[in-house]
Amino acid sequence: MYNKACDVIELCEKENKKISEIGILKEAKMRNLPEEDVINEMKNVLEVMKKSATLGLETPIISQSRITGGNALKINNYLKNNKSLSGNLINRSMAMAVSTSEVNASMGVICAAPTAGASGILPSSILNAKEKLGSSDEDVIFALFTAAVIGELATKNATVSGAEGGCQAECGVAASMAAAAIVEMAGGSPVDSFNAASFALINVMGLICDPVAGLVEYPCFLRNASGVVNAFISADLALAGVQSLIPFDEVLEAMYKVGKSLPDTLRETALGGISITPTAKEIARRFYNGTAK
Amino acid sequence: MKDYSIFDVIGPIMVGPSSSHTAGAVKLGKTAMELAEKNFYKVIFYLHGSFAKTYKGHGTDKALVAGILGFEPSDDRVKYSLEIAKSNNLIIEFCETEFEYAHPNTAKIEFHYLNSSVFYVIGSSIGGGNIVITNINGDDVEFTGQYPTILLKYKDKKGMISQISTILASNEINIASMKVTRSNNLATFVCETDNIITDKAKEEILRINEINIAKFINPVRS
Repeated sequence: MYNKACDVIELCEKENKKISEIGILKEAKMRNLPEEDVINEMKNVLEVMKKSATLGLETPIISQSRITGGNALKINNYLKNNKSLSGNLINRSMAMAVSTSEVNASMGVICAAPTAGASGILPSSILNAKEKLGSSDEDVIFALFTAAVIGELATKNATVSGAEGGCQAECGVAASMAAAAIVEMAGGSPVDSFNAASFALINVMGLICDPVAGLVEYPCFLRNASGVVNAFISADLALAGVQSLIPFDEVLEAMYKVGKSLPDTLRETALGGISITPTAKEIARRFYNGTAK
Repeated sequence: MKDYSIFDVIGPIMVGPSSSHTAGAVKLGKTAMELAEKNFYKVIFYLHGSFAKTYKGHGTDKALVAGILGFEPSDDRVKYSLEIAKSNNLIIEFCETEFEYAHPNTAKIEFHYLNSSVFYVIGSSIGGGNIVITNINGDDVEFTGQYPTILLKYKDKKGMISQISTILASNEINIASMKVTRSNNLATFVCETDNIITDKAKEEILRINEINIAKFINPVRS
């Protein structure tokens, strides 16, 4: 039905539909199911996301490796003291993104979006947009389809794998998906959604994947926190009427080319970036000597 | 261009932290368990490459054991699989090893029995929660477990494939891929199908005299 963002925009205009409705239509057609079944399937996704985004807010969650944890709780407690500089929405969003990242690192149940490593960004974005806008669960479920359409375009035309494209392909695409989704929730047009998706990806173009000790923990949870903020500011820019000079299709292609030209050491191998700092090496050494035997 | 489902992008719902080291490992364990006789008392996991290096940090050990206990990749009991295995009196061992020419995320899963010889399965987790099984008890094979799969061993003889495919067709089961290899007059037949393999089709295949070993695997959900 569509391979490119320009196809999606054309379909939206021709059928007078939102991006989410195009996504639902495509999924129902592809799997030969009634639209209602496809929407119900997304309800399960939302339930998993609600749980993972809130579990870490009240109790500390420690990772499987015991290297990181308890940070969602810290951010949430800090917020309660009303000392936050960047405000409620941003801090609450960061706390909820980190919560899902912590659930993931502790072997809890998450929904990959588009990957497990970047799974904190989308749930936090849509749930905090829901809170802010007073949207219904149904609006949120539709927004998830919008996010999925963006992620599908990235999967088809570029990559969402950190090993292939670096963190820009995981947390960058996740922020792009989230930005488009929350624009739709706020009443923006399909074009506004794609503008927001472009901004989010441009903001982190070139971001490398450099996990300490090769584990999906650090700096992953930080990039989930900054990813949700990236989604919100990109959405705001688009809703303010700022236009993306470069269409989303071309931004995706650029991201893919950048990913391919990144050296191996900066693509999930733990051979570059933060992962080879003396401290990271010491953490990795202690971890593998202490527990890998 | 390949068509993706919306739920390939937002999904799978899985136990973290890594689709290849955790979700894929659960699938690998579960597929191996479905190939094995069920009364095993001990399982040894030989881990190669990145599996050997990072299995504790990614919970690959817990994921593999969850698989042989029959859990799905989204089951929140995956985390506690080692304790659950212990309370079921199942002995679990892990062994870091190196296989030649193997994918970085490869495991050999060896099932031990009191009254019969060991049985093993080798497979790799190839990304995004997908797996490939490459060897069963010394026979090279190649299947992903994404499709219903039939695995047969029989004395090589003319007309076997036609007998099997006739049974499948009469049961409305379409063949997606098929591979037959031979050693010492014994043929190993692996076939992936588009449709679930029904009990009736299984019974009819098992009635073919020459078949020594038959396994039927329906896909692991994710």
